[in-house]
Amino acid sequence: MSNPNHGPDAYLREEMLPEMPPPPRETGMVKWLHENLFSGPVNAGLTVLGLLIVWFLFDHFYPWFAHSVWNASSLPECRKIIAETWGEGAGGACFAVIRERWNQYIYGFYPPGLYWRPTLVFGLLFVALAPILFSISRNIRRIVLLTAAIVTVLSLVALNTPPIWLGVAVAIFAVALLVAERRQMWLLGFSAFYPLLGVWLIWGGSFWWIIMILAGMGFGSLAFIIAGRLSPLLAGSSAIVVTLLVWVFLSGDAAKDAENLYSLAIARVDSEAIGGFLLAITIGVAGITMSLPLGIVLALARRSDMFLVSSLAVIFIEFIRGVPLITLLFVAQLLLNYFLPPGTSFDIVLRVIIMVTLFAAAYMAEVIRGGLAALPTGQYEAADALGLDYWKAQRLIVLPQALKISIPGIVSTFIGMFKDTTLVAFVGLYEPLKNISDAVRANIEWKGIYWEPFIFVGAIFFIICFSMSRYSMYLERRLQRDNR
Amino acid sequence: MKRTVFWGALAVTAMTAGAAAADTLSEVKNRGELNCGVNPGLVGFAAPDANGNWAGFDVDLCKAVAAAVLGDPGKVKYVPLTGQTRFTGLSSGEVDLLARNSTWSFSRDTDLKLDFAGVNYYDGQGFMVRKDLGVTSTKELDGATICIQTGTTTELNLADYFKANGMEYQPVNIDSNAEGEQQYMAGACDAYTTDISGLAATRAAFADPENHVILPEVISKEPLAPAVRHGDNNWGDIVRWTLNALIAAEEYGITSKNIEELAKSSENPEVQRILGVTDDLGAMIGLDKEWAKRAIQASGNYGEIFAANVGEQTPIGLARGLNAQWTQGGLLYAQPFR
Repeated sequence: MSNPNHGPDAYLREEMLPEMPPPPRETGMVKWLHENLFSGPVNAGLTVLGLLIVWFLFDHFYPWFAHSVWNASSLPECRKIIAETWGEGAGGACFAVIRERWNQYIYGFYPPGLYWRPTLVFGLLFVALAPILFSISRNIRRIVLLTAAIVTVLSLVALNTPPIWLGVAVAIFAVALLVAERRQMWLLGFSAFYPLLGVWLIWGGSFWWIIMILAGMGFGSLAFIIAGRLSPLLAGSSAIVVTLLVWVFLSGDAAKDAENLYSLAIARVDSEAIGGFLLAITIGVAGITMSLPLGIVLALARRSDMFLVSSLAVIFIEFIRGVPLITLLFVAQLLLNYFLPPGTSFDIVLRVIIMVTLFAAAYMAEVIRGGLAALPTGQYEAADALGLDYWKAQRLIVLPQALKISIPGIVSTFIGMFKDTTLVAFVGLYEPLKNISDAVRANIEWKGIYWEPFIFVGAIFFIICFSMSRYSMYLERRLQRDNR
Repeated sequence: MKRTVFWGALAVTAMTAGAAAADTLSEVKNRGELNCGVNPGLVGFAAPDANGNWAGFDVDLCKAVAAAVLGDPGKVKYVPLTGQTRFTGLSSGEVDLLARNSTWSFSRDTDLKLDFAGVNYYDGQGFMVRKDLGVTSTKELDGATICIQTGTTTELNLADYFKANGMEYQPVNIDSNAEGEQQYMAGACDAYTTDISGLAATRAAFADPENHVILPEVISKEPLAPAVRHGDNNWGDIVRWTLNALIAAEEYGITSKNIEELAKSSENPEVQRILGVTDDLGAMIGLDKEWAKRAIQASGNYGEIFAANVGEQTPIGLARGLNAQWTQGGLLYAQPFR
């Protein structure tokens, strides 16, 4: 082969070298190891040290896990089984305590015959959350709802739910699945009704109370419509006044009378009976759902131009943030009794929920204020230039962007708050980490057990908190607009 | 330290506002339920079982009082109170009666405005050590590390005792009994100190109880007593005499088994008065004739309660010791029913 344009070539490559694989150092496993673990003497040393630590931990704890006993009725029995199976002196975990007492870790001292009620409430939580958390993707919504429906119904069957309620549960899930396919916004109606339903199912009592509370709201919105014809300012305030008046003066008696006429009551359960993860999740969910709106309002108030509004918000936020949560809980348990008239008993779980909510709301307000501050002034000015009033500007322009920026902070606050629910141990409520474990240990069969409950409870906390964290990352990805 | 100040402040608030509930008896009757403050979990004294039913030595006193006042030992709401919140819980009206293994001491009786209704368990502080430590007396514990629960009288006793004997110690502060056991087992401390009853229960739960000894010295007096609020003397009387009825019942041989029979046939005038056969003692404290009979029926007399919860037949295996009747060389001495 010669080049027609030039003279004879000094050197002409006659054949192509075959492609060679890259040198072993630059490929695959070896390259990865070289780059990530052994790139230099210091890093190599650190890697070896790390591996040694991992090995040490594994070596230390593996036998303990491997010698787990799941079937025993007391700690001495556990020890006997371990000694018989793995020889005298062998250590081993006694997870039998979880097997024996799992119900108390999950439900506290809730009456065992009624376990299906909190379980149903937990399952329906996903229906209530679906249109809020999974509104973007129909696919994910379908998966979440279907999983929740199947798991809940199976659990309900296992817990001997009365057939009527099993039917109700199946019906709600079926309708929710259908509605979620086409008209998911309709599910928001269920989400709004869910808190009342949840409270009723967990604490029991007469359903007439729920109806009367709804009736109060109904009268309130009626007042809103009527007064709204006169003046928009009057509408809001009269709606609130009418609702409160109905609640205070009419609802109680009406509910009692209605209950006497036709009973819609289910067995009442005292707050003292509520414990374990039922308590932690109840406080957590209630605190999370209430602290977010409250936090938004506080953040807006703090940035408000109105002196009184902003200083009140500052005082509230700084006071709550300056006080440890435990102090607030003690106030809820003990000091409130001095201020309330003697003889009134104000549900301890409710008191704790209020305090936890206020605490989380103060932190939430600061997180959201960070989001508001991060928004360029141009956005505010653009909203003004469009002629939007304050609330419209916040709702349509400012908050969607500010909240998106704050997602990691908001979810961090949620996670922190959920873990803080274990602090209610200090006011004598049976949260799963300390008091349930102490109560279990106070029975002579399980006295002396220590790590196993911690591991079990820690694992469940991890699952819940990790899910929240993954959800927030998913949300951040979905909301990514790459416009900055 | 800060915590102490905080609780002190709360207690002062309690004093000024405390007399809010003046007539506990009618309040309890109206409510139809006795709010009883108990330990959230102490082996033998108060613990909920797998179904949430409370049982224990202190719990049985709650039941007896409920039976005397309301006629039903089941009408008790158990309010678990932690070591830090127990006295404030009582003075704030959260509970009517505190039966929570609390030591009767001067400052609690006076400064904290509590009324102790009589001792239901005579305890004392002791030490547990590993046998291979070779220690046979607390006097040999100079320089030892000692696991001690904070916020209790045991903490103060420990300091007093070592100071009085010119010895040094290194405290390892713990928060709960379970943590103390763990620290002690892990070798974080040479000795573990708490009330002897607690030590016995702890030792019984060890995998190797034979390798641990409870030293013979008892370094403090811990009269555990049920408490009520200052200022409602009638309610205090009810609790005091309910406890006395349980103790007297053992002395006179009234048990939950033979009580009906004795009520019919006993010739002993004291027994007749206790059981309401003659004289109406109940009316003097605002109760009916058979109040004490019901209290004894609830879970038996003092001896039966002791045997069922912490006695030698239970895994805890406590001997009666100081808690025997005065006729048996113990300290239990019920005032006469007359």
